[in-house]
Amino acid sequence: MPQNEYIEESIRRHGRRMDHAERKRKKEARKVHKDAAFAQKVHGLKAKLYNKKRHNEKIQMKKTLKMHDEKNAKQKTDDAVPEGAVPAYLLDREGQQRAKVLSNMLKQKRKEKAGKWNVPLPKVRGIAEDEMFRVVKTGKSKTKSWKRMVTKPTFVGDGFTRKPPKYERFIRPMALRYKKANVTHPELKATFQLPIIGVKKNPQSPMYTQLGVLTKGTIIEVNVAELGLVTTGGKVLWGKYAQITNNPENDGCINALLLV
Amino acid sequence: MSAAETRTILAQFQSADGDKTGPPLSLPSDVTAEQLSILINKFLENEETHPYSFYIDSKEVVHNIQKDIIEGEKRSAEDTLVIVYQPQAFFKVRAVTRCSSSMTGHTEAVISASFSPDGSQLASGSGDTTVRIWDLATETPRHTLKGHKNWVLSISWSPDGRTLASGSMDNTVRLWDPRTGKELGGPLTGHRKWITSLAWEPLHINPKANRLASSSKDGTVRVWDTLVRRCVFTLAGHTAAVTCVKWGGDGRIYTSSQDKTIKIWNPDGSLFKTLTGHAHWVNTLAFSTDFVLRTGAYDHTGREPGSEAEAQAMALKRYNEAKGKGPERLVSGSDDFTMFLWDPLNSTKPVERLVGHQKVVNHVSFSPDGRLLASASFDNSVKLWDGVSGKFIASLRGHVAAVYQVCWSSDSRMLLSASKDSTLKIWDLRTKKLKLELPGHADEVFTVDWSPGGDRVASGGKDRELKLWKN
Repeated sequence: MPQNEYIEESIRRHGRRMDHAERKRKKEARKVHKDAAFAQKVHGLKAKLYNKKRHNEKIQMKKTLKMHDEKNAKQKTDDAVPEGAVPAYLLDREGQQRAKVLSNMLKQKRKEKAGKWNVPLPKVRGIAEDEMFRVVKTGKSKTKSWKRMVTKPTFVGDGFTRKPPKYERFIRPMALRYKKANVTHPELKATFQLPIIGVKKNPQSPMYTQLGVLTKGTIIEVNVAELGLVTTGGKVLWGKYAQITNNPENDGCINALLLV
Repeated sequence: MSAAETRTILAQFQSADGDKTGPPLSLPSDVTAEQLSILINKFLENEETHPYSFYIDSKEVVHNIQKDIIEGEKRSAEDTLVIVYQPQAFFKVRAVTRCSSSMTGHTEAVISASFSPDGSQLASGSGDTTVRIWDLATETPRHTLKGHKNWVLSISWSPDGRTLASGSMDNTVRLWDPRTGKELGGPLTGHRKWITSLAWEPLHINPKANRLASSSKDGTVRVWDTLVRRCVFTLAGHTAAVTCVKWGGDGRIYTSSQDKTIKIWNPDGSLFKTLTGHAHWVNTLAFSTDFVLRTGAYDHTGREPGSEAEAQAMALKRYNEAKGKGPERLVSGSDDFTMFLWDPLNSTKPVERLVGHQKVVNHVSFSPDGRLLASASFDNSVKLWDGVSGKFIASLRGHVAAVYQVCWSSDSRMLLSASKDSTLKIWDLRTKKLKLELPGHADEVFTVDWSPGGDRVASGGKDRELKLWKN
C-alpha cells in the first residue's frame, strides 16, 4: 500500500507507457476469463460468497443490456393517450404563460378540503417589545422617553400622513416602509411582485396590526388583478391574502405565500 | 333647446344593394324608426310587417332622424337624406340566460361541439378520444362513439344532418351515423399528421352530401367520398400546416395555412389562385355565407325538405338570398394581429386590411346575414367590423383573458364569445355593449355553438363538462 502519492506524482511527471491504453484494454478483456476460471476452481465458503457476489453483478448487467435493447428496438407508439387535450387552434402554441393562468377547479377543490384558515406558518417566534421598538429620547435635555421608533418593516397605506411630529408616539421610518411583496403561488411555484393593499393580522399583537408592522407570519392582503383570476360567479378577483414567510427586517424584501 | 324644432326633410329610401325604392319623400324630421318601417313595408308591398334597420351614411337611426342624424351628425335638414334600409331577420332569437344543465361524461377536456344543421342534435368531441351525441330533450348522453385513438380535434355535420365526421389527432377521419350511433365503415386514413379541420361540400352543389374535405398539419387537404370511403383527390401545395379548410358556395375549396398563404382550389383538384399578404400564420377563414352553407336546406321555419332535389332547391334559394348581389366575401385572421377581407373570385389583392388587435386573432365569424364581422383575439377583446367594407365598428371589451371563439345567433342580433377566463359573454349588437354574462365553467372554455334554431347554446371546455344554456 503506497504511503504517499509518489505513484501518481511519477505518472504526472513522466506520463505513462506508450502502449498503456492497449495493455489496459487487453487486461480487462482477459479479466473476464480469469474470473470465470476462478469461479470454477474455488471451493468452500469462499466459493459461496464469490458466487453470490457474481450473481448480483450478473443481474445488474442483464438489466443494463435489456435497457439498451429497448433503445434499439422499434416499438409501436405508446397506446396511452397523452393528457392536456387542447383544441386545434392551440396545438402549435406553447403554454403561453401558463403560470399566469390559475385553475379555478383546483382552487375549489382546495377550499373544500382544507379549512378556511389553515395558514402555512401556524406558529411564529414571539418578538419582545424592546426588539420591536427603540426608545427615542426627546425634550430639551433628552430626558423624556415616551416616543418609540419601529425597527421592523411596516406598511402604511396610500393616503398616509404623519401626525404632527411633536405628538406622534410611534415613528415609522420611511426607509422601512414597503409597498410591494414577492408573492409565490404554492401550486404553480411561480412568484409575482404584487402591491400590498393592507395588513390583515399580525400574529404578535393587535397593536402591531394597527401599526402595519410586517414580520414573519403576518397575513397581508395583496392586489392580484395582474393574475387575472375569475371566480365561478364570473367576478374578477383583485385582492387575496398572503402570509409573509421570511424575516423582512433581515432580507430587505418581503416574501409571502399566497393563501388559496 | 331644439326640442320643438321639427322641420321637414327630404328622404329617399335605398336598398342595401343600391336600388332606390319608392319616390323621394318629404317627412317631418322627428319621424321614428318604427314609422319608417311602416313606410318601407308599404313601399315593398310586404304581406307581413318585416323588421328593418335604417342607416343614413352608415349611422343607424335608433330613435328618430332629428335626434340621431341632425343633432348627432350635425347634418343639415336641407339635403336629401338617403335612407338605406336593411332587412333584419324576421324571427327574433331570445338571449340564453341560464345554464339548463351541465352534462358530464367526458373524462377529458371537451374540445369541439357542434349542433346539427337542423338544430335537433348535438355532438361533442373530447380529449378522451370519444365523440358523444347528446339527447337535447332530456339533456343526457345518447351515444358514445368510440374508435379514435387520440384526441378528437374537430367534428362536422354534413349539411343534410345525416352523417357526422370527426377528425382526430391520430391522423384519421371517422364517419358516424348520429341516429344509431354506429360508425360508418372504417377510419379514413391517409394523412400523416393530425387533422386540423373538416368541411363538407355545400348542399346546393351536391344534394347527396357525400364529399368531405379534411385539412391536416402535414400540409395537405384530402377530399373524401363518404359513401365509398375513399380519398378522391389530395390538394398538396402548402408548405406548412393547413389550419383551416372551407368549401365555398361556388364549389371551390379554400384553405389557409401556416405558410402565410390562402389557396383556392377548383373542384377537380387543380390550384385556382393563391392569396398572399399575411405576415404570419393564417389561423382562420370565414365566409359571408358560412351560416347558410352550414345549415343547408333548413331555415327558421324548421321544415324538413321532402326529397334531395327539393333540399337542393331550398339550399340554393337560401344561398342566393344570403349572398345578395355582391360576390361572396372571405375574411382571414392571422397571427400577425390583422385580418384581410378578400373578394377571392375577382382579385388576388385584399379588399381591406383590418388592423386593431394587439395579439393573435384566433377566430373570425360573419354574422348569418353577412353584414357584420366579429373577430376574437388573444388580447381579451372582440372587435366588430362592417362585413361589406371592412370598416371598424366597435371593440367589445370585458373578458380578462384570451377570447377563443365567437358565435352569432341566427338572427344576427346577438354575439356570443367564449374565453380562456371560463366565462361566456353575450353582446347586443344594437347597443354594441355587453348584454349578459354566463359564468359557470370551472376552467377555460374551448368551444361554443349556438343552435341554428336559436333556442340553445352548448359550450364545452377544459373542465370536461358540456353546458347547455337556455332562455
